[in-house]
Amino acid sequence: MDVIIPMLVDGLAASAVIFFIAVGLTLVFSVLRVLNVAHGSFYSIGAYVAVSIGGLAASAGLNPWLSFPILLLSAALTAAALGPFIERTFIRWTYGKPEAVQILVTFALFLIFEDLQKLVFGVQSYYEDSAMQVLGTSEIGGIIYLNYQLLLIALAVLLIVALRVMLSHTRLGKLIVAVVADPEISQTLGINASRVYSAAFTIGVFLAALGGALATPTSGVAPGLGADAIVLGFAVAAIGGLGQIEGAAIAAVIVGITRVLAIYYAPAFEPVMPYLVMLAVLLVRPYGLFGAAQARRI
Amino acid sequence: MRFALHAALVAAFALVPLAAPWLGFVFTLVLAKGLAALGVAILLRAGLISIGHAAFYALGAYAVAAMSENAVSDLVLQLIAATLVSALAGALIGLFLVRYRGIFFAMLNLAVSMVFYTLLSKMYHLTGGTDGLRVDTPTVFGAVIDRDTLEPILLYGGLALVIVVGLAVHRYLKSPMGEALPAVETNEIRLEYLGIAVPRVLLSAYTLSAALAGLGGGVHALLVGHVVPDLAYWTTSGQLVLVAVLGGIGGVVGPFVGSFFLEIVRSFAVIYVADTWNLIVGAGLLVVIFFLPVGLYGLLDRAVRRSAK
Repeated sequence: MDVIIPMLVDGLAASAVIFFIAVGLTLVFSVLRVLNVAHGSFYSIGAYVAVSIGGLAASAGLNPWLSFPILLLSAALTAAALGPFIERTFIRWTYGKPEAVQILVTFALFLIFEDLQKLVFGVQSYYEDSAMQVLGTSEIGGIIYLNYQLLLIALAVLLIVALRVMLSHTRLGKLIVAVVADPEISQTLGINASRVYSAAFTIGVFLAALGGALATPTSGVAPGLGADAIVLGFAVAAIGGLGQIEGAAIAAVIVGITRVLAIYYAPAFEPVMPYLVMLAVLLVRPYGLFGAAQARRI
Repeated sequence: MRFALHAALVAAFALVPLAAPWLGFVFTLVLAKGLAALGVAILLRAGLISIGHAAFYALGAYAVAAMSENAVSDLVLQLIAATLVSALAGALIGLFLVRYRGIFFAMLNLAVSMVFYTLLSKMYHLTGGTDGLRVDTPTVFGAVIDRDTLEPILLYGGLALVIVVGLAVHRYLKSPMGEALPAVETNEIRLEYLGIAVPRVLLSAYTLSAALAGLGGGVHALLVGHVVPDLAYWTTSGQLVLVAVLGGIGGVVGPFVGSFFLEIVRSFAVIYVADTWNLIVGAGLLVVIFFLPVGLYGLLDRAVRRSAK
């Protein structure tokens, strides 16, 4: 009994970070119908930017509490710099093209970003954990937890609520829902669909970068981070059903918990768990837990 | 005319390493990766994109390593084993995967290959973990050879093998089974109405593509003399798809042209501009997708035909 709560906290904290990656991927897919392999690059770029700005702030002797706005700011900077630009130049061209072409174009972008990151940030690992240090630890039932982990879980829950509110109660959200439902009809109603696509893609970049930034205080950043992140994000998005926000959340929780279970009982197989869950789910439910089947074209 | 082009390509491929011996290693790698990319290209013709074929490439490589560890040192036997093991794995996995299309096919392949990758890196007592396994220099029909003799054998033997395999795959692509592949992409349901069993068409394609990838992986293992789990990582699979598209999936030669381009760029980039070869290759891929739907080989083919007029 006494291992269940720590397991749950570890598992949910892991789920939170995975959820940040998967939800952006799934959002971009549901609006643009593009499976974005470069999403992993945005995750690692967000992490690098956060570590760089955080490092500068720490060496300038700023108050460590400022690390939190810095994490948010890094994600926003990454999204503003890359989102609209990449969507306009490369992604837009692939709309309606075969999936193989979309995957290849975004894979090419991923390769380019991998090397750009090496050129800009070098190949060493970075650590910047003032955000984690400043929050300290708390003791519940004789076991010590990092408060930062608890914060991650809270932020993930907040994000689900925020996305739901955004989609159903704001102007932009309603426009997105309309364009997802029927791009042509919404254009005849005077909605600028290409601007909605651009906005949705930028939100996706922001979420990926935010996930990367939030992961740095506990795990740092090193080359290869993006490649690992994207396959995990794919797995979670596919388990939940592509395009399903709540589905991604539930899938992230399942994956996070199974990984932690594996760590406790069969540590060698921890990295396999997301893919085994994905295989099991997709073999039984080909469109994911909450995905809807698409009609076959004739 | 096309025959002349192919003869010229083969002759150039055979002669250049004589002038620049260090290219022999690179050229053999071109053949190994080209075989695997040819497998990926067969599936791409049916509109199926596999981001997991590196698993079969690695399986072939590890099969050779396992044979080598267990004192089966004959090169031909090792390569046959690599091909058969991968074909068998391909047939088994294909049984499940040919029901899926599009992104789901891509992601399930990805999942299978990542499971395999993790098993390779974690099952230390069997696979040597992330250190990998050493592959001893094989014997050829009982003759003991050293590494200096092995490299030319692999290069020219590999070239002959690729020509034979290439002709066989060409026959396959022109057979009813092979011709059904592009039709699966265009309209699968009509194909079923015509009385063609789409799952059987795809399963045979999947098995063949896995066998080709395994054969390529076997050659890779013999050439490098060392196998590591990274061979099965998803970025390797991505590169195989990239090579196929770069070269062009219209015929058998395209993937080898793509593989040649990729390995040459990699070799020169490593020497002159470290850490940028992904960038160059990614940019090259974008150029091909945006401007050359027929791939590099298609471009070459068109240029030759134009100059012949």
